[in-house]
Amino acid sequence: MNILVCVKRVPATGGRVTLTGDGLAIDARFLSFTISPHEECAVEEAVRLVEASGGGTTTVLTLGAEAAADQLRDALAVGMTRAIHLVTDGEDWDPMATAAAIVGVVRADAAEGFDHDLVLFGNEAADSGDYQVPIRVAAALDRPWLTGVKGLDVEGTSVRARRDGTRGQEVYHVPLPAVLAVREGLNRPRYPSIPGRLRAKKVAIMATRPERQVGGPTMIRLRVPDEEDAQVHVLGTGAEAAPAVVDLLESLGLVNP
Amino acid sequence: MSGLGAGAVIVFVEHATGEPAPASLAALAVARGLADALGAPLEAVALGEGAVAAASALGAHGLGVVHVAHDDKGDAGRPFDTPALPGRLLAHLLVTNAPRALIAAATARGTETLAYAAALTNLPLAAACTQVSAADGEDPARALSVTRLRWGGSVLEEARLDGATVLLTVADGAGADGAVPAPPAGAPRIITLADEGGQPDTRVRLVERVASAAGGVSLAEARVVVGGGRGVGGPDAFGLLEELAALLGGTVGVSRVVTGAGWRPHSEQVGQTGTRISPDLYIACGISGAIQHIVGCRGARAILAINTDRDAPIMARATYAVVGDLHAVVPAIIAELRRRGATPGA
Ligand SMILES: Cc1cc2nc3c(=O)[nH]c(=O)nc-3n(C[C@H](O)[C@H](O)[C@H](O)COP(=O)(O)OP(=O)(O)OC[C@H]3O[C@@H](n4cnc5c(N)ncnc54)[C@H](O)[C@@H]3O)c2cc1C
Ligand SMILES: Nc1ncnc2c1ncn2[C@@H]1O[C@H](COP(=O)(O)O)[C@@H](O)[C@H]1O
Repeated sequence: MNILVCVKRVPATGGRVTLTGDGLAIDARFLSFTISPHEECAVEEAVRLVEASGGGTTTVLTLGAEAAADQLRDALAVGMTRAIHLVTDGEDWDPMATAAAIVGVVRADAAEGFDHDLVLFGNEAADSGDYQVPIRVAAALDRPWLTGVKGLDVEGTSVRARRDGTRGQEVYHVPLPAVLAVREGLNRPRYPSIPGRLRAKKVAIMATRPERQVGGPTMIRLRVPDEEDAQVHVLGTGAEAAPAVVDLLESLGLVNP
Repeated sequence: MSGLGAGAVIVFVEHATGEPAPASLAALAVARGLADALGAPLEAVALGEGAVAAASALGAHGLGVVHVAHDDKGDAGRPFDTPALPGRLLAHLLVTNAPRALIAAATARGTETLAYAAALTNLPLAAACTQVSAADGEDPARALSVTRLRWGGSVLEEARLDGATVLLTVADGAGADGAVPAPPAGAPRIITLADEGGQPDTRVRLVERVASAAGGVSLAEARVVVGGGRGVGGPDAFGLLEELAALLGGTVGVSRVVTGAGWRPHSEQVGQTGTRISPDLYIACGISGAIQHIVGCRGARAILAINTDRDAPIMARATYAVVGDLHAVVPAIIAELRRRGATPGA
C-alpha cells in the first residue's frame, strides 16, 4: 500500500513566545523546529501500516521554506521512504493555497504510479490551527475522509477508524483510497535510530516550487494575549511547606478540615 | 441567488436532540453581534434528529428564521451518521442563499462541518475566532476582520477575511464581551432545506459507538488535577500523585514528556494536543510550563506549582508555589492530609 503523510515545520517554542518586530511571525532565532505531535503520529502510523502490509511506499510531504527539508529528513529517519518538498520563500500559505498544492502532488504522484491509498494529515497544524487542509484535499480529490482519528486498522480495501465523539468513541468504516486527519494518542512514535539517520541522508528529496493560489484569510499581525503574570505566592521550600499547602487546600474548600 | 437568506448571517446550531448546545449559543451571540453591526438578518440552521425541536427552542433566542434538515420519519431519511452529509447540506445552503457569513462553534463537529462546506464551495474559512467585525475602512459586504487563536490560544492572529460569503468558527470562551441582547422571542419560521441534490455520500459509515467507561473522575471535568511532568522521573513515582489525587477527590494529568516516554497514557495529557482542563486547583509537579502545556490548564482557577526551579516558566503562571523536590514535597503533603484526617471538600 502507498501512503502519503503531510507535515508542517513549526518553531518549538518553550515557556514564552516572542514575536518578530513586524509582528508577523514568532521570533524563532533561538528556537529549534519540529512538527505537530499529531503529524508525528501520522508518520509513525504510515511506517507501521506499510511494514505490516509487506510492501509499498511511504511518502512524506511538506510545503515550506528550504529549511523544512530538516523535517522531511526526520520522517525519513524513522522509516518513511520518499520525500517531496514544495519549496516556498518561507511565508505562511493560507489553507486553501496549501491544500491546492498538496492536491497537485497527489495527482502528479498518481500519474507516476504512486497511487496513495491513504493520505494522512495532522488534525490541525501546530501553529495556524486552521483545521481544514485535510478536508479541502479530500473534497478536491473526491475521496472519503474522517478527522480526529485516534485508532485505525486496515481491513482489505477499507479502514476501521476510531475517534472520540460526544457520546464516547465512534467507529467508522472508511473505504480506500481515503484521507484521514489523525490526533496524538493514535500511537507512540518511535525515535530515529542512528542507522535511520544515515539512511535518511542518502534519500534524494524531490523539490519543486509550486504556484500559489490566492484566496484564504490574510494575516495582518500576531499578538501575544496579555496574561497578567500572576504574582506567585511561595508557600515555602521543600517538605516543610506541607502544612501551608494543606492550609491552602482547606481555605479553597478542597478538603474538609 | 438572492431570496430569503441573502446577506444574512447564518449560525449552524448543534443540538442534543432538540436542545441547542451551549457552545452553539455562544457562537450565536458572536453572530448576533456581527449581524447587528452589518445590519444583516440573523438566521440559524439545525440538522438531524430533533432539528425541528431545536429550531423551536431557538425562537426563545430571538431567531425568526431557522433552516432545518432532519431524519425524523416523513423526511427523506438522510444518513446523518456519515460525516459528509452536514457539510454537503450547508454547502447547498451557501450556494442557494448566498449568506454574508456562516458561523459555527469551534467544536470538533462544527469545525469539520464548516470545513467541508467551505471545501465544497471553495470559500474561505477562519477557524477558532474570538472576534469578528466589519473591517476598518473596507466595504463590509466584501471584507471582515477577525481575531483568531493560533498555537492553541497562546498567540492571537488578526486577519482580514475577503469575500462576499465567508465561513468562521467561534472559539470556546469568545463572545462574552459586548453581547447583544436577543430581540423578543417568537415562533421562528422553519424552512426545510432542499435536498443537496444527487446521491447522498455514504462512503464513510458509522458502524459502532463505544460508550466511555463509567467511573472515575474525568480529566476535563475534575475539580482537582494533580499534574506530573518530567520531574516525576519515571512511571513508578506516579503512585504518589495518584495517592494525592485520591485524597483530594481529583485525578492525574500529565505533560507530553510523560506520555512520549510511555510513563502514562495519552488520555491523561494536558495541553494543546491533549485535554483542556478547568479545575478549581491544578497542582503541577515537575512541569516546566511550556506554552503548549499552559494552553491546556489556563482554565484552572488556581495553579500550585511544585518545582525545584524557582525560575521555571510555570512560576509566572502559578498562583502558589512550593520550591523543592516533588519526591519530598508530595509525600509530606499526603502525610499532613492524613494527620489532619482531611476528606475531599463537597
Ligand atoms: C506543537 C506542540 C504541541 C505540544 N503539545 C503539548 C501538550 O499538549 N501538552 C504538553 O504537556 N506538552 C506539549 N508539548 C510539549 C511542550 O513543548 C514541552 O516539551 C512539555 O510540556 C514539557 O514537559 P515537562 O514540563 O514535563 O518537561 P520539562 O520541560 O523538561 O520540565 C521539567 C520540569 O521539572 C522540574 N523538575 C525536575 N526535577 C524535579 C523534581 N525532582 N521536583 C520538582 N521539579 C522537578 C524542572 O525544574 C522542570 O521545570 C507540545 C509541543 C509542541 C511543539
Ligand atoms: N505547509 C504545510 N505542509 C504540509 N502539510 C501541511 C501544511 N499545512 C498544513 N498541512 C497539513 O494539514 C494538517 C492540518 O492543517 P491545518 O488545516 O492548517 O490546521 C496539518 O497537520 C498537516 O498535516
